[in-house]
Amino acid sequence: MARTDSLQGSLDLLVLKILSRRPRLHGYAIMSALKEFSGDVLRADEGSLYPALHRMEENRRIHAEWITKDTGRRARVYELAAAGKKQLVDEESRWHTVTSAVNRVLRTV
Amino acid sequence: MPLWSRIANVFRGDRLSRDIEEEIQSHIAEAVTEGRDPGEARRAFGSVLSHREKSRDIRLIPWLESLYADAVFGWRQLLKRKVTSAAAVLSLALAIGSCDAAFRLIDAMLWRPLPIAAPERLYVLSREVAGPDGKVLASDNFEYPMFRQMRAQVKDQAELIAVSNADHIDLTYGADQETEKAYQQYVSGWMFHSFGIRPALGRVFTENDDLTPSAHSYAVLSYDYWKRRFAEDPKVVGRTFRTGNEVYQIVGVAEVPFTGTEPGTVTDIFLPTMMMKNNAIVRSDYQWILTFVHLKPGVSVALVREKLRPIFRAFVEERAKLSVNPLRDQRLEVNHVSAGVSGLQRRYRTALLVLGGLVMLVLLISCANVANLMTAQATARQREMALRVSIGAGRWRLVQLVVIECSWLALFAAAIGACFGAWAAPLVVGMIGTPENAVRLMLPADWRVLGFGVAIALGCTILFGLAPALRASRVKPVSALKGGSPHLRARMMRLLIASQVAFCVLVVFAAGLFIATSDRLSHQHTGFAAERLLTVETVTPQPQAEPLWSQVADSLRAVPGVEAVALCEWPLLTGGSWNGFISVNGAAPGPAASYFLSVSPEWRELMKIPLLEGRDLRASDKLPGSALVNQAFARQYLGGENPVGRSFDVVLNEGRRDRYQIVGLVGDARYRDMREPMKPTAYFLFQADYSRATFMIRTVSQNPLAMASALRLEVPRARPGFRVSNIRTQTALIEQHTGREKLLSMLALFFGVVALSLAGVGLYGVLDYSVLQRRREIGIRIAIGAQATDIAGRVITDVFAMVLAGLSAGIISGIASIRFVETLLFEVKATDVGVLALPAVTILAVSLLAAMPAVARAVRIDPAAMLRSE
Repeated sequence: MARTDSLQGSLDLLVLKILSRRPRLHGYAIMSALKEFSGDVLRADEGSLYPALHRMEENRRIHAEWITKDTGRRARVYELAAAGKKQLVDEESRWHTVTSAVNRVLRTV
Repeated sequence: MPLWSRIANVFRGDRLSRDIEEEIQSHIAEAVTEGRDPGEARRAFGSVLSHREKSRDIRLIPWLESLYADAVFGWRQLLKRKVTSAAAVLSLALAIGSCDAAFRLIDAMLWRPLPIAAPERLYVLSREVAGPDGKVLASDNFEYPMFRQMRAQVKDQAELIAVSNADHIDLTYGADQETEKAYQQYVSGWMFHSFGIRPALGRVFTENDDLTPSAHSYAVLSYDYWKRRFAEDPKVVGRTFRTGNEVYQIVGVAEVPFTGTEPGTVTDIFLPTMMMKNNAIVRSDYQWILTFVHLKPGVSVALVREKLRPIFRAFVEERAKLSVNPLRDQRLEVNHVSAGVSGLQRRYRTALLVLGGLVMLVLLISCANVANLMTAQATARQREMALRVSIGAGRWRLVQLVVIECSWLALFAAAIGACFGAWAAPLVVGMIGTPENAVRLMLPADWRVLGFGVAIALGCTILFGLAPALRASRVKPVSALKGGSPHLRARMMRLLIASQVAFCVLVVFAAGLFIATSDRLSHQHTGFAAERLLTVETVTPQPQAEPLWSQVADSLRAVPGVEAVALCEWPLLTGGSWNGFISVNGAAPGPAASYFLSVSPEWRELMKIPLLEGRDLRASDKLPGSALVNQAFARQYLGGENPVGRSFDVVLNEGRRDRYQIVGLVGDARYRDMREPMKPTAYFLFQADYSRATFMIRTVSQNPLAMASALRLEVPRARPGFRVSNIRTQTALIEQHTGREKLLSMLALFFGVVALSLAGVGLYGVLDYSVLQRRREIGIRIAIGAQATDIAGRVITDVFAMVLAGLSAGIISGIASIRFVETLLFEVKATDVGVLALPAVTILAVSLLAAMPAVARAVRIDPAAMLRSE
């Protein structure tokens, strides 16, 4: 339970970051990457990943494309768009500012 | 734009759902490939439906999607009932189209601002004269010398612009034989600058083109005329034309939209006011100009009015000193007229507005029909609505569902109606004019027309859609699904029936009034015989002496097919008039004027006006000298005694008098108007020099116009220089005076029939529906022995109560609103039994007819079959 709660508000940032490292991932792969990079600590509620992806797609942060995999099944792969790259930079620096501020509070009090 | 893709997604909702579904399924499949348990993978994913809906709402615009879905659903509902929908759309389209057409006419004639700079600051001067009988008459005509003083007085606050009435003149660009007609208007040279009208070619007039009387023989063409007559030939500048004895040079063409200041007439040629004939510029007794006041920005009209009034007063006082019968009691008014001023407006304003009112009533009747239909359907769909509410549809969504279905109807009706209006408006314009004097109204399909169409479609939707929609949204799922309450809609339908009948009565009542007016007017006694009578209006370049005119008349008598020929200055009822004040035995003239006409000796007999006393005029009589007078003349001035042998003076301004001796008394004949009582008239001998006169020709053939071309050729052959300007039948001249009433009665009759049939169909629908609803009750009644008459009575009683209520409401409001149409009526009173009986009888007859099928159906219900099917 605690694992999903910790994602509140930062799912977008994480998805953008993952896509900046590994372009052209489908939803399942994004989720797996999230698990993998966070050492299985961070884990998105699998279903809620998709509304988030679709919202970013509608806002032109990422764009999507249907591909046919070797298995013959179609998959929808996502890629960062220009606006997404810019948002990633902004969100990352905001995240650092916020976390370091929070850390400072935790240390001093 | 993200917005755009979300809008686009609304229209491919199915594909969107499939895509999202596929992506989710591929996610789960991926999990299974990785070796996870399918059940566990699905659980970990959460609710597929909920995530899919969330994604969908992100990727499209939910409210737009629901709108789209309802539109599709509404469309399918309409298609399901093709015949009913088509009938509703067509009846509504007829009503909306009529409204469109009426709006186009009214807008073009009365409301649309002239295409000039700042039309909202355009005013016109008008003088209100208290007549001898106390009635106030308004006139727009002013004297040029007064205009000059006024213009100088307010030059810092406003520009005053003089224009004449548009005149249909003869002109030629070459030889006399190539004479043609055009509408010409005298205008102040500075009008173009003040109105902001630029030249499309060459130049337009300036102040310098309008300084000295008779010194500026230049002309500016309207764009419309340039296009029509010269096919936009740029070489037209510099060309000359001749009208009468004057030659004008064309200096330019005005910009496209400006076609003069008279709605109903498209001016072809503008001339400077200084070129007006008859010394009009300097004469203080000649009222011929219309004075426009174009205010400068920020100036109040009251200020200008107060500055102009003293000048007007002084001028009127000065004139009164010289006049035989002075009209001192005059008042200057400044009226707002952004749409321009024309005689057509004056004549047709009330008629058009009344027509607009009638078509609005027809529209209301039509809307009531559709509202009934929608209410009936909403009741039939109560279960569907209840089901929708039960599975979670919001009330607002139900309202939307029904309103959208209604707007489909309104949309189609408005589109078809717009086409109908575009076709009908010019048709009616064509009926207003006469072949020689066509009315030309600009009827563009502009944003005003479009806006009206959209507004009316929306208005209709609300009128017939909102009530059923609200009703649908108030559905109570429990009772509706249990079996429904079939009498829910009864009150609403009854109210609609009553109002429908009331509107219908109003329309039929008005139609009755107009038909009676037209009928009485066309049977109005003229006092002469108009059949087989042709009026050949003839002009000469210079005034010609009477013997030359008689010589042409003699040649015309020799043309085969001509029965008789006479001469007069103008035909009766043509609009031409000459009048003056009469003094008997040297006494001061009374306030009543007499009309005069110069006629040749044969004229009275040719016109078949009876000679009551004395003799006809003779060629040996003199002018002034002998006169024929009519009965009204004898009554007015000579106490009704036999006037033969007595004499009278025609009193002219500045005290001059011409003495005439009465040689004969003739029957009254209409001179000017079909409505007013017969006017005192004196006929003098046609004996002076004339440059315009009319040959009255009684033909042998029943169709006098068949001779027109032969006569047109014969006149110049008989005497070079004489030329036919106009050939009309006397009947056509008479019909001009009843044209408006005929048009009004015809259109009112049409709308009366439409209103009656719509109301009949509506009544039929409601009765039929109520029988359907009550068939179980009726079946039981029949089963336990009710008589057919009892059943019929039950079916129609309450509906007929509504019909009677509507009938009385309609008649009462009809009588109350009669004063709006009073000026259009002739010898018809709202309280005439016939006028009141017509709508009552027709409505009752139509109601009975409409009730027949429903009653027959009710009586024929077979109780056994009905109860078995329950």
